[in-house]
Amino acid sequence: MFRIDFNKLRFLVCDDNPHMRRILRTLLHSFGAREVYEAEDGASALEMYTHYVPDIVITDWSMPIFDGLELAQMIRQPESKGNPYAPIIMLTGHSEKRRVTVARDAGVTEFLAKPISAKGLYQRILNVVASPRPFIRTKTYFGPDRRRNTANAYIGPERRVGGEVEVLQQPSLLDKARSSV
Amino acid sequence: MAKEKPAEIKVKTFSTHHVITQPNPLRKVLRRVDERDLDDPVARAEQALAGLSGEFRDWMLIEADRLSSAHAAILKHGFSEKAAEELFRAAHDIKGDAATFGFPSAAAAAESLCRIIEHAPDLDKVPPELIVHHINAIQAIVRDHTKLDTAKVSTELSRRLRGVADEYLRHVNRNRPEHLEAILAPSIVPGE
Repeated sequence: MFRIDFNKLRFLVCDDNPHMRRILRTLLHSFGAREVYEAEDGASALEMYTHYVPDIVITDWSMPIFDGLELAQMIRQPESKGNPYAPIIMLTGHSEKRRVTVARDAGVTEFLAKPISAKGLYQRILNVVASPRPFIRTKTYFGPDRRRNTANAYIGPERRVGGEVEVLQQPSLLDKARSSV
Repeated sequence: MAKEKPAEIKVKTFSTHHVITQPNPLRKVLRRVDERDLDDPVARAEQALAGLSGEFRDWMLIEADRLSSAHAAILKHGFSEKAAEELFRAAHDIKGDAATFGFPSAAAAAESLCRIIEHAPDLDKVPPELIVHHINAIQAIVRDHTKLDTAKVSTELSRRLRGVADEYLRHVNRNRPEHLEAILAPSIVPGE
């Protein structure tokens, strides 16, 4: 049986509702977390994300300025200076299929529908800590592998195609420039 | 944890995509414990949440008043985009928070109101009493929460409101299949 050492984890919680932030802070501290940073909108959260480099982000969807979905999209920028791989747990009152799909396509790692419970939150954190998924980068997506089912039998329209290609090691432009001097 | 050096990232390239893996940077926070270990973080958190519960009614009163203020602004100035957004945000917060605070019927009524705001083709044409009844119901559920025998009434009230709202939404969206599908679709996200 495994336990999480929450005191070694740094959390960023983003929710515009102060009551929900208090609930989340209480739950995380009770689990054993010491470092819990809080933001009340997406813009502050992004700033804090860059500054504090949290291990796990827990964000609401509906927020002023920019929402949790936009926050996820901004974190999942492969070329960004910050860490684009941090697990994002989307906590929201939206629970329709369409919404879940949109959140998944924005690079959200886990989805937790409100009302939240201690058990539900703990389970999502355990999932991202113990079973991280590889990241996928396509022309239109960068984020955790959206396939939960690893069976190869799926032949639907969104099946990724294409075999492994030979990767030729190319010298970087900087190396090329150096060698030509 | 966050200060540690990032683990080495491996990229496997395919013709349509890249698969990026890195050794689990959070693995070090996992600790194996004996099956007989008595520490239960979930129970500890539930206990802490119960310790907060004395404040939940006050929080709900604040949320319900915010909803009524948003509605009062609409009655005064009409359904501007900003006003509709504020009403939706207030209802949506109640939908999300109320069950955690011990007011599941208020959450159900707020969810019904959210569906009206989200799926009505024209908010100005929504029968005003449909919105008023939702807001009054939420206020009543929150304010009469401590009275005996109100739980059953609250549940029934929310169920009836949802029925009326759904009937209205099905009718006004009969030619809007994408909305109709969303209205009729069940929630697919497990709460636990």
